[in-house]
Amino acid sequence: MADDDAPRRRRLTPRAVVLNVALLVGLAASIGPLIWMVVSSVKPEGEIRQFPPTFLPDQLTWANYTELFATLSFPRYFLNSVVVAVIVTVGSVLFSAMVGYALAKLDFPGRRTLFALVMGTLMVPGMVTFVPLFVLVANLDLINTYAALILPFLAAPFGVFLMRQFMLDIPDELLDAARVDGAGEFRTFFAVVLPQTRPALATLGILTFLGSWNNFLWPLVAVQSADKYTLPVALALYSTGQNTVQYGLLVAGATVIVLPILIVFLALQRHIVQGISTTGLK
Amino acid sequence: MTVSARRRRTGLAAWGFALPFAVLFAVFMLLPVASSLYMAFTDMHGADLKTPWAVNFVGLDNFVAVLGDPKFQQAAGNTLYFVGVAMPLTLGIALLLAVLLNSGLVWFRSVFRVGFYAPVVTSIVAVAVVWRFLLQPDFGLVNSALGMVGIDGPRWLTDEVWAMPSLIVMATWRNVGYSMVILLAGLQGIPRDLYEASAIDGAGAVRQFRSITVPLLRPTLLFCAVITGIGYLQFFEEPFVMTQGGPLGATNSVAYEIFNQFGFGNYGVSAAMSYVLFVAIVILSYLQFRLLRTEK
Repeated sequence: MADDDAPRRRRLTPRAVVLNVALLVGLAASIGPLIWMVVSSVKPEGEIRQFPPTFLPDQLTWANYTELFATLSFPRYFLNSVVVAVIVTVGSVLFSAMVGYALAKLDFPGRRTLFALVMGTLMVPGMVTFVPLFVLVANLDLINTYAALILPFLAAPFGVFLMRQFMLDIPDELLDAARVDGAGEFRTFFAVVLPQTRPALATLGILTFLGSWNNFLWPLVAVQSADKYTLPVALALYSTGQNTVQYGLLVAGATVIVLPILIVFLALQRHIVQGISTTGLK
Repeated sequence: MTVSARRRRTGLAAWGFALPFAVLFAVFMLLPVASSLYMAFTDMHGADLKTPWAVNFVGLDNFVAVLGDPKFQQAAGNTLYFVGVAMPLTLGIALLLAVLLNSGLVWFRSVFRVGFYAPVVTSIVAVAVVWRFLLQPDFGLVNSALGMVGIDGPRWLTDEVWAMPSLIVMATWRNVGYSMVILLAGLQGIPRDLYEASAIDGAGAVRQFRSITVPLLRPTLLFCAVITGIGYLQFFEEPFVMTQGGPLGATNSVAYEIFNQFGFGNYGVSAAMSYVLFVAIVILSYLQFRLLRTEK
């Protein structure tokens, strides 16, 4: 597996055995619900409701997914989620990097005020601003639009803070060298600064994408017509609006939201976990 | 080029970099923050949506009404219950896992790290749906497993006593990995020779944990506590999907109540509740700083 296991010898003492078995039980509790979600999503509703439950499906079926994608509008919700998450990620990471660079490396009037405002709003949660934000967006006539789902997330104080912290570490000599070579500020930024901060850009990009993909409160408030629903909104409203709950369909819907993210997470896990750790330590 | 001309050029370029963010930030963050304060002191309702300035200033009426409202009081109590149990539980388990994973006795550390972190990347709505299924009283996995060892499990989410613990367990399951990963990174930053030196002085594992690990990990613990606390104070998706705040309001949270008042069109009341929640967030963060700050 990862190389941080390699240097240590695997000791087979009684203490180590007890410890590892205990951790394995914990691991089962941690990923068990996710595995249960996936295996249940390919069982027919009758098998889901039987006692004792089966682990692997006796009778494998794609019926739940067929219903999600053919009868319900899940392709549309999936597309909405992807479009919103991609635009929010690209836009907010780029804007954060730009303003982070200005705050870290350029002297300009209003710099201290801007940074103070960013820091002051770092901890303001969405729960506190969504009502006035809704009033604002309604008065801009943006309710039920992609713009409503995207625009408020393009300005991310956390992203600015993170990028500024990383940009501070770029040596000034590097920037001066580029300027001496005749590069303007924008060339310097795109050709020298951005490549230097690639790890930070990746971390922020992943975090932003996850935040957008899993976001619930604002999309729930900002769109009321089904053709603009994102996946979590569609699943939540469907799960609370059913008369008789079809668990097979619900766990299939949950799988559609969670599984793509889990696969990407497993592929990039080393970068993600390292990135998260550094954001905590900065 | 003169010095001042050069400075002016740098200033212009800097504002060029800052402009897209600054405009969006002013419109979609600063304006809502400012206007939420305004709204909290008015009788604004859904009907005033397009005429937000044509409302009456009502002073502290909204705050008086909110704090005296039994439904809000119940939601506030529930939120404190949730945060008061879920936060120590999450941080405790996260610290335990981090210390175990850092102990050098673990065979496949990165497998465990990934496995415990996996729930963190999931959508709360999606996993809340999954947990509703796990906790389904008749054929859910939890009661099926309990049934096999002869225990008749409760109707978790519709039982006034068990509904909140169910949400707490689910939230802890979802969030432990985040603090674990950050604490693990913090632990790796503690120099090994401190432990070796104290072992020579005869300190056991417990003594080392109390005298080396905890003090040096304080800033990291503080960070985890603040982030977890802020998230938990706003818990919303879990009751929305799993219980709709029930049974009999037993899992209604302040955030859920803010959302409901907004849904009823009581914007002024809703904004006032938001401010109460915000003050609670600030107070909790402050208390954590007092409790966990590095001793001088």
